[in-house]
Amino acid sequence: MSSSTAILCRGVTKNYGRGASEVRALRGIDLEVRLGELLMLIGPSGCGKTTLISVMAGILDQTDGDCSVLGENLRRLRGRRRTKFRGRNVGFVFQQFNLLPALTAAENVAVPLMLNGVGRTAAVRKGRELLARVGLGDRTRSLPAQLSGGQQQRVAIARALAHEPRIIVCDEPTSALDHDTGQQVMELLREVAVRPDRSLVIVTHDARIFGFADRIARMDDGHIERIVTSPDQLRTPVS
Amino acid sequence: MNVFAIRILMGDRAKYIGIVIGLTFAALLMTQQMSIFVGLMSRTFGFITDTSLPQIWVMDPKVQFIDDVKPMQDTELLRVRGVEGVEWAVPLYKGLLKARLSNGAFQNCIVVGLDDATLIGGPPEMVEGRLEDLRRAESVIVDEVGANGKLAKPPAVPGGKPQPLRVGDTLELNDHRAVVVGIARVSRTFQSQPVVYTTYSRATAFAPRERKLLSFILAQPAPGISADEAAERIRTRTGLAAYTAPEFKWLTVTYFLKYTGIPINFGISTLLGFIVGTVIAGQTFYNFTLDNIRQFGALKAMGATNLLLLRMILLQATVVGFVGYGLGVGAATLFGSTAGRSELAFLLLPQTLVVSALAVGVICTLSAVVSMWKVVFLEPAVVFK
Repeated sequence: MSSSTAILCRGVTKNYGRGASEVRALRGIDLEVRLGELLMLIGPSGCGKTTLISVMAGILDQTDGDCSVLGENLRRLRGRRRTKFRGRNVGFVFQQFNLLPALTAAENVAVPLMLNGVGRTAAVRKGRELLARVGLGDRTRSLPAQLSGGQQQRVAIARALAHEPRIIVCDEPTSALDHDTGQQVMELLREVAVRPDRSLVIVTHDARIFGFADRIARMDDGHIERIVTSPDQLRTPVS
Repeated sequence: MNVFAIRILMGDRAKYIGIVIGLTFAALLMTQQMSIFVGLMSRTFGFITDTSLPQIWVMDPKVQFIDDVKPMQDTELLRVRGVEGVEWAVPLYKGLLKARLSNGAFQNCIVVGLDDATLIGGPPEMVEGRLEDLRRAESVIVDEVGANGKLAKPPAVPGGKPQPLRVGDTLELNDHRAVVVGIARVSRTFQSQPVVYTTYSRATAFAPRERKLLSFILAQPAPGISADEAAERIRTRTGLAAYTAPEFKWLTVTYFLKYTGIPINFGISTLLGFIVGTVIAGQTFYNFTLDNIRQFGALKAMGATNLLLLRMILLQATVVGFVGYGLGVGAATLFGSTAGRSELAFLLLPQTLVVSALAVGVICTLSAVVSMWKVVFLEPAVVFK
């Protein structure tokens, strides 16, 4: 694994269920995600995209194969150690935002910091700074219900960045947003999240945002069908 | 994260209030029912409490509780007085006699006959008149509640309020004229009958003629001898039953616990409060967890350990437990202070508060455990579904 590799998957399989009801969600995935890149995982519903980022983010165990994240083989990290590793190194942006409804925007952003041992006051202060970076400096005290979808996603992005993780995984970050807001969110992600020592993996159906990717991995039926560097290349048939 | 745990709990106002109401209801019902039970039980030995001076009660060995009077011969008093270690011993009559009211109606009364010479065993508090007035001819002292209630005179005008029995009024006790010389305040009795105090000789004259009329002997140990030791000596020398006041209270309570359905009835009510509280609070708390399951999943994904989430849930359960318990016990106390002026028996003991607190603690723990179970086995990958 080279020093520029953030995530390396080799022969990763994932089966759900057993016997006759067994579903093979991943059928031997080989994929490398490099530091500093924004990789999009695309493909039809049920092709295994979400399962793959779950494995790469360390929140789901693969059935077989190896997946190394920042040089750590996730199979060897169990329980509390894996949770701590994830808490330090992985940031999440969810389709439905998953903000805590009772907490203000700044407090929501503070949560990952507090999970990493930062005190509440300092964490909330940092949360306010990050919200200013994503253009929500005037909404730090707002509850999620008082924010629009786009604003909530900005809060979620700030939250994913709060503890400065080296991997950020995003699950359909624009699917709950209208076109313009989706574009703004992606611009923001590129602007504030992409760094030479960080990787972004985005699962999406939204073809309008493919242009923001450095590489696009198209999945089908549990395996990577092809990896391209430009959306235009997706139009050419697989050789 | 503790502050956030509480904010999350209170953020869902409807569920928070639902859980607190469940716990409040449980704490209220349990505390109230247990207090009424304790109040009722304390009424069973109210007469012993009122008769506070003598430390030893002597009676027929077959007596099972304070109202279970099995009269003895008067000569037993002399035998008890003869026991070494007994400072003094006086007779006490206690019986149920019919009082005829001025409107011709009859009312059963508890008639207590005190030693003519010392008047030991008299009411604890005089509201009107003096205890010594019992030395006057045909005199009786009536308890305040009885005088204002069951022994009250008919209204002066039709449809008016009954007139309380006053000093100077007369009534008939078993066809004997009795003059009220005082009004006393006594503990409520279990049967809620009016209590009429008079002298021993007059009480036995009021009572139907029987060979044995001595209900109890009240005795005091000599200086330097404990009540237990003196009671033991009386038992040994006379063959009678002799108890210290606390022992006699316990004997009385034990009888009611053993031979009446009171504990079962109140136990069922208390258990019902516990079950209803558990169901309401547990179900609402579990729903609260289910509603927040994606948030718990997100927290897990972001690096929250199971231990941290369990701590948060436990803290939430503790907070609702304290609030619900406080409100429930507060409401029960309010109820008790209001009911204190009525017929209702209500006695809130510190032990009752402890039992209620433990029960609410169990409800909260059960509710939290069900939620914890869900969260511990929650796959963080749920956030992507």
